Amino acid sequence: MSEILLDVQGLTHHFRLSKSAVIKAVDDVSFQIHEGEIFGLVGESGSGKSTVARCVMNVHKPSAGSIYYQGINTCDPAQFRKNRKLLQTSRQFIFQDSTSSLNQRMRVADIIAEPMQINHVKTPRGSDREEAAFQLHYVGLDRSYLDKYPSELSGGMRQRVTIARALSMEPRLLVADEPIASLDVSIQAQIINLFAHCNREHGCSILFIAHDLAVVKYLCHRVGVMYQGKLVEVAPTRELFENPLHPYTKSLLDAIPIPDPRLERARVWHEFDPEQFDRNGTMVEVKPGHLVLKGEKA
Amino acid sequence: MSELLEVKNLSVSFDTHEGELQAVRDVSFSLHAGEVLAIVGESGSGKSVLCKSIMKLLNKDARIKSGSIAINGVDITNYSERQMQRIRGKVFSMVFQDPMTSQNPTIPIGKQIAEAIRVHDPKMSAEQVHQRVIELMELVGIDRAEQRCKLCPYHFSGGMRQRSVMAIALASNPRMLFADEPTTALDVTIQAQILDLLRDVQKKLGTATILVSHDLGVVARVADRVAVMYAGKIVEIGTAEEIFYDPRHPYTWGLMRSLPAYAQQGEKLYTIPGMPPVLIDPPAGDAFACRNEYALGIDYEQMPPMFQITDTHYAATWLMDERAPKITPPIGGMYHV
Repeated sequence: MSEILLDVQGLTHHFRLSKSAVIKAVDDVSFQIHEGEIFGLVGESGSGKSTVARCVMNVHKPSAGSIYYQGINTCDPAQFRKNRKLLQTSRQFIFQDSTSSLNQRMRVADIIAEPMQINHVKTPRGSDREEAAFQLHYVGLDRSYLDKYPSELSGGMRQRVTIARALSMEPRLLVADEPIASLDVSIQAQIINLFAHCNREHGCSILFIAHDLAVVKYLCHRVGVMYQGKLVEVAPTRELFENPLHPYTKSLLDAIPIPDPRLERARVWHEFDPEQFDRNGTMVEVKPGHLVLKGEKA
Repeated sequence: MSELLEVKNLSVSFDTHEGELQAVRDVSFSLHAGEVLAIVGESGSGKSVLCKSIMKLLNKDARIKSGSIAINGVDITNYSERQMQRIRGKVFSMVFQDPMTSQNPTIPIGKQIAEAIRVHDPKMSAEQVHQRVIELMELVGIDRAEQRCKLCPYHFSGGMRQRSVMAIALASNPRMLFADEPTTALDVTIQAQILDLLRDVQKKLGTATILVSHDLGVVARVADRVAVMYAGKIVEIGTAEEIFYDPRHPYTWGLMRSLPAYAQQGEKLYTIPGMPPVLIDPPAGDAFACRNEYALGIDYEQMPPMFQITDTHYAATWLMDERAPKITPPIGGMYHV
């Protein structure tokens, strides 16, 4: 197996609401992302997927646990400062809502060139504008879009611009937080293809957060399932879809609507009962690469 | 089955600075009592405009150019706003996409449901209204309704909010429910709950439903009949079985082929090439022709009529013409049993 790029160990993040109320958004989550791998993180909203992504990108400082990126502990301020440039250029974030993550008053060319200017990166293609044109071309838009404003673009095009901006730093790790949730079916397919292409041609690893399991099944190599801040199951995609072990994973897989009316109507969906969820379990490796949260009772 | 709603040759246009935008073009369909009709299509294909124009909820810059809308045989096309207000709620009500923005965040849920009840029946006593609120909340699956009717929307999760929006929509016992992307903002598990609820309610009350969605999986779960819209026109309509197992229009093929559920890992996902046309000055022929790999010469010149395939199944493509070459569809009959 290839080298480990990102190693998350015992990540815990609590949000303090008041003196007495604490939300355990992420509770003792551990997983690894290998070089050149797409790792999917799924779960319902409020399960802590986005908090994991934000901790990985140093947006939140975790309450406990450590995150190693290429062997650098990013949660340690001294190590972070020492490797700041590497950490800030080779990890890039793509947000769900492209409307709010692009500056409405900047042209596409400036948006894509901005990270290069901030990080004083020498552009391999002469000027920033040329570099922006190259990145745009890479994500499937032509030069004519360079001088447009985000408001002139459709949702799919805007999402392409955010991807182009992230790729302009030639990242090794892309963290994509629900990048296709707000897009149409036919546009979704284009963006999914683009992610698959980035991974194959560019070799960048992707932490792909989604709640659409059909997409995850198609795109990701390995999948982690989160529930109430806990990682309940991690397995290679195929293994997870064929042989889900945790009851929550089963219920989640059951809930995916299949585009087939006869099958779909005949199906009875079993809802997962939150009462049965045992938080105090440990991850047990059932098969090589297939980990599942086993409660103390079972 | 009787025709609850009959839409004939409906065209709706918006007056914009660039010219007339034809959002809905010559759409005809009917809705039987107690069935679920799903309308699928890309954003901008006119799904929402169609629903809103039936309820006459469009802005002033929109106008119904031609066509007629009849409810139970009564033509309501030229109804005034006052007449519409009288039938809105009693005949049809609507569930919107985003449950957060369709409720008032500062008013308790119970009060918001009560408001909807009072508007339609001002003579009810406070006690009766409260009874009805509890009854509605239980109908849509909110348990411990007595306590929860005092909570504000922000106390509720996304699924609970969508449930309470449905309670409001059902408050006046409508005969027809418009659900505009009711589960798009929700998770898979919550989506499954809401879809089951939609089906349950529909079975219990016999409410006919028009479901607008772009998710074909959702459609397969609840719809009896499916209409596929493209560029303001219905290009194919039929029962769910016919659309899913025997699609005839190239656009329907494209939609189904771009679903990740059908694709294998590693294989490139199919995408429909190009972009949907701008509906200011739409093309003369079939609007889908320039994105259609099966397009014939005539597609660029003349609009295809609705070809009848079975009693319930119609498709607007020249491929159905007897002179057209025979093409094996790239999809369909997927999970045939």
